[in-house]
Amino acid sequence: MSTPTELVDYDEALASYDPAMGLEVHVELNTATKMFCGCPAVFGAAPNTQTCPTCLGLPGSMPAVNARAVESAIRIGLALNCEIAEWCRFARKNYFYPDMPKNFQTSQYDEPIAFDGWTDVEVVTADGTETFRVEIERAHMEEDTGKSLHVGGTTGRIHGADYSLVDYNRAGIPLIEIVTRPIVGAGDKAPAVARAYVAHLRDLIVGLGVSEARMDQGNLRADVNLSLSPAGSGTLGTRTETKNVNSFRSVERAARYEVSRQAAILRAGGSITQETRHWHEDTGVTTSGREKSDAEDYRYFPEPDLVPVAPSREWVEELRATLPEPPRARRSRLQQEWGFSDLEMRDTVGAGALGLVEETVACGASPQSARKWWLSELARRANETGTDLAALPIGPVDVARIQALVDEGKINDKLARQVFDGVLAGEGTPDEVVASRGLAVVSDDGALGEAVDRAIEANPDVAAKIRDGKVAAAGALIGAVMKEMRGQADAGRVRELIVERLS
Amino acid sequence: MSAPLIERSAAALADALASGETTSVELTQAFLRRIAAVDGAVHAFLHVDAEGALAAARASDERRAAGTPASALDGVPVAVKDVLATEGLPTTCGSRILEGWRPPYDATVVARLKAAGLPILGKTNMDEFAMGSSTEHSAYGPTHNPWDLDRIPGGSGGGSAAAVAAFEAPLAIGTDTGGSIRQPGAVTGTVGVKPTYGGVSRYGLVAMANSLDQAGPVTRTVLDAALLHEVIGGHDPLDSTSIDQPLPAVVDAARAGAEVDLAGLRVGIVAELGGEGYQPGVQQRFDEAVELLVEAGAEVVQVSCPSFVHALAAYYLVMPSEASSNLARFDAMRYGLRVLPEGVDSPSAEDVMRATRDAGFGDEVKRRIILGTYALSSGYYDAYYGSAQQVRTLISRDFAAAFERADVLVSPTSPTTAFKLGEKLDDPLAMYLNDVATIPANLAGVPGISVPAGLAAEDDLPVGFQVLAPATADDRLYRVGAALEALLEQQWGGPLLSADQLALETEEHA
Ligand SMILES: [Zn+2]
Repeated sequence: MSTPTELVDYDEALASYDPAMGLEVHVELNTATKMFCGCPAVFGAAPNTQTCPTCLGLPGSMPAVNARAVESAIRIGLALNCEIAEWCRFARKNYFYPDMPKNFQTSQYDEPIAFDGWTDVEVVTADGTETFRVEIERAHMEEDTGKSLHVGGTTGRIHGADYSLVDYNRAGIPLIEIVTRPIVGAGDKAPAVARAYVAHLRDLIVGLGVSEARMDQGNLRADVNLSLSPAGSGTLGTRTETKNVNSFRSVERAARYEVSRQAAILRAGGSITQETRHWHEDTGVTTSGREKSDAEDYRYFPEPDLVPVAPSREWVEELRATLPEPPRARRSRLQQEWGFSDLEMRDTVGAGALGLVEETVACGASPQSARKWWLSELARRANETGTDLAALPIGPVDVARIQALVDEGKINDKLARQVFDGVLAGEGTPDEVVASRGLAVVSDDGALGEAVDRAIEANPDVAAKIRDGKVAAAGALIGAVMKEMRGQADAGRVRELIVERLS
Repeated sequence: MSAPLIERSAAALADALASGETTSVELTQAFLRRIAAVDGAVHAFLHVDAEGALAAARASDERRAAGTPASALDGVPVAVKDVLATEGLPTTCGSRILEGWRPPYDATVVARLKAAGLPILGKTNMDEFAMGSSTEHSAYGPTHNPWDLDRIPGGSGGGSAAAVAAFEAPLAIGTDTGGSIRQPGAVTGTVGVKPTYGGVSRYGLVAMANSLDQAGPVTRTVLDAALLHEVIGGHDPLDSTSIDQPLPAVVDAARAGAEVDLAGLRVGIVAELGGEGYQPGVQQRFDEAVELLVEAGAEVVQVSCPSFVHALAAYYLVMPSEASSNLARFDAMRYGLRVLPEGVDSPSAEDVMRATRDAGFGDEVKRRIILGTYALSSGYYDAYYGSAQQVRTLISRDFAAAFERADVLVSPTSPTTAFKLGEKLDDPLAMYLNDVATIPANLAGVPGISVPAGLAAEDDLPVGFQVLAPATADDRLYRVGAALEALLEQQWGGPLLSADQLALETEEHA
């Protein structure tokens, strides 16, 4: 299957075709133990140290369901306005792969724990904020596979590798797979809806406290299914399933790319191959993976080693009572608390920074300063590195501390940017960066006074203007002082010293 | 003068240990000698762990000396079917594909045997992955029936039954998916019990068909089976399908049964499990045994279970379906056999899986993997796996209706006595028919026992009498089984089995 090198311009593609999307999101739960055994489910241990006969799939081993994972699944289902099954079973999904210990995945098939839900997603467009209702087909429980590392070869894939290593620490970590119904009618906003949905889902999951939900660490993994059909036909075309999309931004980019790629094939009279495709963050393209024919048959059948899961209605209601505030209600409450304008709120939500700003405010920063840092300084850096804000190696605690240093007069905004550089470069906490880079603002009158005197001396005409009462001209002298002090001067104090001397 | 140690029942050996007449080390050595003498001819064992058994025996003797035995059977040795995981001991399931695998953990049944102080003599032979009714499908060669070495010992647990029948072990553990404990019991003149599904933990039992498999006792007396059942039974959190309620009082039931008072007991004869297709000598011994129960006060009722005629067909859809998925894990990636394909330069993972599975699985296993894969395929699932599950429901309903009218159901365990080695090897259907009377219990999850009913007139080979009870009423099996055993032994003047009458090559004094 060759990929045409030419793509159809996105807007042009949307003039001829209607996109339909489906999103499958895997959420890795943060339970203490794995889905079907007592092994710890924490991230980052030495390979194959968190395993037992069950998660290694050794002959004779048996699964036992982690009740906490069921609870998390139900809470996710409730937060997505789903029905919760009164009775459901696990099923075996049979296929061979070296990182699958049993060569079947214990999952759920036609009896998911949660089904028939919806969630309202706010999409920021040029015309303002629009709300899209995304329908949820199902949310089901399953176990993660091991993690393969293919060594040698050029692609990093199993084919062509010299050898492969498998880490089974991840095998058996509880996953919740959330599947949407086809999202149709979003037109050219479809990729933005996809991105907003995944970001919204992340906020919701974080709010529930059931997962770290970090896309860069694979706690939250999105597959983007997309198909095109002739505009106005009301049919569904052949879809592709794009995997390895590991940021909100990539969700949107991958969807846009697929629109352009599929449109080019269709316009040339070709047909779309139903297949798995891989997203490449660096080049911004998708490439063909495994061909996925209808003949692929997982031979699902109910897992005979597990008894059905039958959550009592009382328990479901108890869990419903533990749900956090729904995202929309939360947004309007926060807007009121923070005094943000509609535009400020829209930008904050659009940047996926709502939770980050909230946490930063909780750490003591003012809402406006929190918004300023996340949406300007940090958004720019995230954009430069192609990551999401939440994935930057800096957190709300750091941002709040940097603002506190500014408020205390220890640094100014200019120095604050250098502190961000240091924290992002892994040099330590804001205070450590200030200390190691020697960034403290000089407000010592002795050192500042000398610099001010030199500036007045060097700029007699400016000084004369100030003496004449044109205080606005002081900016030029402040600039000269700041330049001499390499930005580390307390600008307010410098102004005071200038005015003192020239009045 | 009392009988030689190896010929005594486990209960009698427990008494001998308690009274100080013997020690566990002495006992264990006696059985190890017997194994060394006769197992060359019988081939009941795949692996004998003399060292481990003797170490366990010494520990048992120390407990006994300190006055703190771990259980009633502390010190009485046991043999374990090679389908149960034993930490550090080979566990092959009778397959090449697991050659050399030593599990890093114990099955719950094995852990309970160890905790109760029973030295484990070794691992017994079986049809590969428990697929068969003759133990001829073992990759390591067949086991021979101690009654006639040219005949099969039943299967899949022929090794455990033959070990007990040949006095190589007083007790053994078997597993029963469609009759693999009861049918070998029947054809070797031993007692075999398939407990209620969920009554004994399956954790560490290498699954053939998870919804049917059940481990249970293989012994020479009904009381011994109850004693062993009590050691291995009961709830296990590692097996989600295990029943979370106390085990019925099986030992009490066996002791009470031996008093032979069956007044008020309703015994149901299942019309579908007897008559045509059953060897006349088998049917005759069965009918006589029923007469004995009636003389002891039981009331006989005729019951019909019309869905039983579909049991074999349903079984051969459910079992291979589950097996095809269970056996997928044998892929040469992490344990067991690894075969590199010939003539392939840099084989892929798939190439190695294919070559290994081709070389490592025997024909019967491959046959069932193919059957099961087909039955689960999309488009066929409803017609095959789906209908088979519906038949299971119907069979459960038949049982429920029958147990309204009878306290226990009875039938011949197996339609025939032991057939000749090789006789049915090329005719899978004929082989499958051996389990026609035992399979319904597995499909419905109800317990069953096979007790020796004598020898068939035409071939002087053992016949088994099956008793079935409602789920969780395993105690009824022991009450009826022990009563029948007592009545028959009165007739015979002793147990059916004696070491003297077995024509075994003995190298004991060589
Ligand atoms: Zn584990």
